[in-house]
Amino acid sequence: MLLRVHNISKSYGGVQALKRVHFELEAGEIHALVGENGAGKSTLIRVISGAVQPDAGFLEVDGKRVVIEDPLASKALGIAVIYQQPSLFPSLTVAENIGLALESVSLWRRISWKERGRVARDLLERVGARFGPEHLCGELSMPEQQLVEIAKSIGANARILILDEPTASLTNREVDKLFDVLRAMRERGTGIIYVSHRLDELQQIAGRVTVLRDGASLETAPMSSVSREDLVRMMVGREVSSVFPKRNGPLGDVVLDARGVSSPECGIRDVSLTVRAGEIVGLAGLVGAGRTEFAEILFGIRRAGKGTIQIGNREVAPGSPEDAVRLGIAYVPEDRRRNGLILEMPVAANATLGMLSRQPGLRALDFTWERDLASRYALQLGIKTASVDAPAKTLSGGNQQKVCLSRWMATQPSLLILDEPTQGVDVGAKAEIHSLMVEFASKGIAILMISSELPEILGMSDRIAVMREGSIAGVLSRSEATQQTVLSLALGLGEEARA
Amino acid sequence: MRRELSVTVAWAALLLVLAFAAPSFFSLSNLRDVTVANAPVLLVAAGMTLVIIAGEIDISVGSQFALLSVAAGVAAKSGVPMALMVPVTAVAGLALGALNGGLVANLRIPSIVATLAAMIALRDALRWATGGAWIEGLPSRFQWFGLPQGGGEILLVAVCALIYGALAWALRNLSAGRFLYAVGSDREAARLAGIPVTRVLFAAFALMGALTAVAAAMNAIRFREIQSNTGIGLELKAIAAVVVGGASITGGRGTFTGTLLGLGLLATIGPALTYLGISPYWEKAIQGAIILCSIAFDALPARLTSRTKEAKLARA
Repeated sequence: MLLRVHNISKSYGGVQALKRVHFELEAGEIHALVGENGAGKSTLIRVISGAVQPDAGFLEVDGKRVVIEDPLASKALGIAVIYQQPSLFPSLTVAENIGLALESVSLWRRISWKERGRVARDLLERVGARFGPEHLCGELSMPEQQLVEIAKSIGANARILILDEPTASLTNREVDKLFDVLRAMRERGTGIIYVSHRLDELQQIAGRVTVLRDGASLETAPMSSVSREDLVRMMVGREVSSVFPKRNGPLGDVVLDARGVSSPECGIRDVSLTVRAGEIVGLAGLVGAGRTEFAEILFGIRRAGKGTIQIGNREVAPGSPEDAVRLGIAYVPEDRRRNGLILEMPVAANATLGMLSRQPGLRALDFTWERDLASRYALQLGIKTASVDAPAKTLSGGNQQKVCLSRWMATQPSLLILDEPTQGVDVGAKAEIHSLMVEFASKGIAILMISSELPEILGMSDRIAVMREGSIAGVLSRSEATQQTVLSLALGLGEEARA
Repeated sequence: MRRELSVTVAWAALLLVLAFAAPSFFSLSNLRDVTVANAPVLLVAAGMTLVIIAGEIDISVGSQFALLSVAAGVAAKSGVPMALMVPVTAVAGLALGALNGGLVANLRIPSIVATLAAMIALRDALRWATGGAWIEGLPSRFQWFGLPQGGGEILLVAVCALIYGALAWALRNLSAGRFLYAVGSDREAARLAGIPVTRVLFAAFALMGALTAVAAAMNAIRFREIQSNTGIGLELKAIAAVVVGGASITGGRGTFTGTLLGLGLLATIGPALTYLGISPYWEKAIQGAIILCSIAFDALPARLTSRTKEAKLARA
């Protein structure tokens, strides 16, 4: 037994984050760890990595009881954690980042640049990276940065590798590459704990799965013996229909009509797309296909070099988000923690910010109106918060997403652009956000949804536009769209797929 | 809120010590002197509060203050009626502030660099223009607006208090104030919410200039002539008041109540030393200690509560 978590309990203040959790990891095993947000996955990882100390219970590594006092101690035991957001120094090169992780940390030490470069190159080769150690980490894409993290852990001779939502921002092709690397590590006897919300993936990669719910380890089972539905049921503790909400509303007039939009600086080439009132158009594609960039052009964050954009028959050229908001466009960005909400501000202030920014600044605030409006949306969207006066940072990810949605709903937009609306959101909140989208559409709002999750794209969209390398590779109707057709368009295999 | 309370307590403690050790500190004439001398500083601190909430800084206000003091004098000497002298100076200040605003908001030059340049350039330009000479021979109606000293003092303090109060109200109750906090907390998120970030930043700096101008004019009327090298270190005084008052130097947090209390505490120390018979050389050291304490006051509880925060994060 490589790692055994025995009866671990941990509480913070009055909250029991872990209750007598059991968990076992064999060498050469990929063990999935699933649970809703707040189920205790992160706390368990923190205990194993030495970031927090358990109140009760103990850990065994190689059958020997160990006390992991701090992250350094866990590193010495061969435990490595890769978090959702790679924690690399963006202004240092890949070699320097790897060197910092692996080399001695004494202050007065001569650095052997040759050796450092050699080690880095060697590790990058082992993870199948197609970039050199001299690149700045800040210039690497998310999946590339993850490879650097994995290279670091291999270099540190990690025997226990913990991955926390590693594929949240990866596209399917990148996920496959990551899985190849993980399988190779498994063959070498590394034990891997794999945390993910994407249940489909687990079936591909994990041997066993452990479900956490409300801080307790519910069950450990071989992955092959449980279905996706079983897992969801165990995680949520109630039946959640994995079916997407049905709707058959009539479509209205064309709200967005983009024609031949190009922007050489961000690689967008000749994108034409329409979205009608009441329609949900899914924008699929690999990360880096230009989906977010296209959305940013529509929202005035970037400028289009060529092409025309019409909003409701009027040709527009939003030069800034401010313009776009005034034109009735709303944009919920992908990284809501960084770009969505003002986390220090109360929920109520966040909810009304979109409306306020449409009006002149020298206007007296009406605090009663603001609180009423925010409370109404909190009720309507099911935002779980102690009060609308609580700072937005105290809310969970899914609830923050809903606050962001309420901000834009309040502006009564004609076009709502959602970029990965349910990324990192737990199963329950996900279903709620989906039904909200349907509700918005039924009110006649045109919705453009960017998503990397195929089931979401297929389940939610009336039409699906697939982007590849900055262009629209194809537009599929609901009946034409399958995982296969969308994927082959995204990958540029269109002809073969049809043949 | 906590910070306002602790500054109040510190200030009250200092006043209590004075009440026992040097009751003459509370003589009407001393209180009047301290208030009149610091009322203009309060306006500069008001502008600085806005700039710091926006996440920026303006270290050129000392130089602006000198230039605008001279401008106020020149305007008065060239026959601008006293009633118009303050607005005319304010327009000049608005222009100086707009210059900084343009550099920071439109050209995206870091404010510490842009205003450092302005600080040096304005000060040296003034030295070159005046040759270091004071502005003398001001019209007789210049000092105290031609009022008796008591009336002039009341007018001065009233004008400063009125402007300060109006700004405090506006920061809380106008959407522009909300935008300022948003821009200072998270610029990118503010931009994506459709807030005109560039205009908000520009306005903060322009307003800073205008407030410095009114402060310079109000300060100038206290004297019969105008020193051309005035306002040295004023920027630090203002920044110190804002920071002691609980504003975050990284933006997004700060209040006018806090700044008022911060300035009150810092401005009491100098005269207090005199009354307590302590060498005035200690003033800066004590002010420095207060600034350090107030920052430690922020940092320490944050460290102590970091465990509970961890808990919240773990649950999220």
